[in-house]
Amino acid sequence: MSEEGVDNNRRHFLGIATGVVGAAGAIGVAVPFLASLKPSARAQALGAPVEVSVGTMQPGEMVRVVWRGKVVYVLKRSADMLGRLDTNIDQLRDPDSLVAEQQPEYAVNPTRSVKPEFLVVEGVCTHLGCAPLMDFEVRPEENWNGGFFCPCHGSRFDLAGRVHKGVPAPTNLRVPPYRFVRDDLILIGQDTGAG
Amino acid sequence: MARVEAEVGKPKGGLMNWIDARFPFTKTMKYHVTEYYASKNLNIWYVFGVLSFVVLIIQIVTGIFLTMNYKPSATEAFASVEYIMRDVEWGWLIRYMHSTGASFFFVVVYLHMFRAMLYGSYQKPRELIWIIGMLILLVLMAEAFAGYLLPWGQMSYWGAQVIISLFGAIPVVGDGLVEYIRGDYSISDITLNRFFALHVIALPLALVGLVFVHIVALHEVGSNNPDGVEIKQKKDENGVPLDGVAFHPYHTSKDLVAIIIFLMVFSAVVFFAPEMGGFFLEHANFDPANPGVTPEHIAPVWYFTPYYAILRAVPDKFWGFFLFGVSVILPMFLPWLDRCRVRSIRYRGWMYKTALTLFVISFVLLGWLGLQPAEGIYVTLTRIATVVYFAFFLLMPYYTSIDKTKPVPERVIYNA
Repeated sequence: MSEEGVDNNRRHFLGIATGVVGAAGAIGVAVPFLASLKPSARAQALGAPVEVSVGTMQPGEMVRVVWRGKVVYVLKRSADMLGRLDTNIDQLRDPDSLVAEQQPEYAVNPTRSVKPEFLVVEGVCTHLGCAPLMDFEVRPEENWNGGFFCPCHGSRFDLAGRVHKGVPAPTNLRVPPYRFVRDDLILIGQDTGAG
Repeated sequence: MARVEAEVGKPKGGLMNWIDARFPFTKTMKYHVTEYYASKNLNIWYVFGVLSFVVLIIQIVTGIFLTMNYKPSATEAFASVEYIMRDVEWGWLIRYMHSTGASFFFVVVYLHMFRAMLYGSYQKPRELIWIIGMLILLVLMAEAFAGYLLPWGQMSYWGAQVIISLFGAIPVVGDGLVEYIRGDYSISDITLNRFFALHVIALPLALVGLVFVHIVALHEVGSNNPDGVEIKQKKDENGVPLDGVAFHPYHTSKDLVAIIIFLMVFSAVVFFAPEMGGFFLEHANFDPANPGVTPEHIAPVWYFTPYYAILRAVPDKFWGFFLFGVSVILPMFLPWLDRCRVRSIRYRGWMYKTALTLFVISFVLLGWLGLQPAEGIYVTLTRIATVVYFAFFLLMPYYTSIDKTKPVPERVIYNA
């Protein structure tokens, strides 16, 4: 084929223009496909808040509720349990809840809760998502102050869901958004910004 | 008639000629089968490539039939697998062939890869074959992982929970990525459905494509052999390598023996030990998935345990994930980590032999440790084996460049 009379600038421009338009089209088509993988409207609707009635709970009792497919632990801590919270500070990686995304602002306090006696945390180990087991018995010989123990890889958390040092879980158990609708009713998954 | 002959330039008729004028059938058969010459001294290590192809066929055929009765829905999946096991005629056989096939896939692929490490088959000019092979391994891992969720048992659910959560260790985008992979706030029906799509369509397509490319690349450069000698350098007057024999009928007849023996072993497992004591099908998976209760002890299926052990060796989420990822990818760089120009273990020095032995020990040990609880002596052993695993690769440029090698023969050694 003869190259005679070929305007190379024009050919070059047409090549680039075709490529750019093609790429733009490809990206445009890719967006709906990639976006379809996000949680759907139904999945989001099923993630609606859940109510927990806590009026009849005894101190030391824990209930599990499911919110967004995740188990949420609601523990009514006894005075003794609350008293133990500040005795093991040196064992903890983040005693002051400095990792911001692990709890709403209103749970950044020594008990990591809205009301001191009620602990509300996701029962999802921050290592790889197993459900930590409750182990509230104090065993000084094991240096164990009571809390949660993850059976998968041995991560430990105290009675405020605060992670111990030297375990695989990097952060404290996550506190979901929640608020007290009444004194005996907690709504998990929704807050007013101030609990 | 005469006009057609003139057009296609073939003097004779016949169906084969008719086809060959329109599709390169005879040419392709010659190039890839009847006139593809591989060394005559190939030993037993050279059967695992063919065997992985056999397992691929088994998985595709049994998979198609399983799909006809399986329901990819969180409410029905577990029951539909039980339905296949109990009510579908011969369903149990088809399912056990598929589940056993998954484990055997990794058995033959790991042995196939070990062969390449024994005889330096990844070295120049076969780097690309090795890289494509590594990509096949990665796709195979994804395929096996996606498939394991489908029965929707306890281990399906929690295994997937743990592995998907791994991506949460990536800084900044981690949490969003995890939600994106699941398509939900937790592992759910939505996750099951998309894993089903990946398992039956996307990944098998990728796998078959990669296998095709793997073989095309192999036939371009030719097969290696236990002596690591380039047989194409010594050819007869017809251009046929002096030490080569045609793939068909010579290698195929040898492979047929291997395939029959393999199928005997495979059948023995399918019929007498399909669960393999919990190694091929974990006991916890006989309970339906329950998002509220984590099984006491979560371990992946045996073929993932070496990497899983490395993950647990590090008491830090991000660095555990990082080492885990690197340990999977690292073998891809073998062609450039190995500075020795002698291919075969037969002519390499004591250093590489020792290193390879330690590597195999560490890999098997890690596989075993990945099944044990992460506590006490197991953690210490895991860390030691992890160091050995990484040292094998990372120190390789050093020890392979100073290792004393023996002279490599001109032609392959063949005692027949």
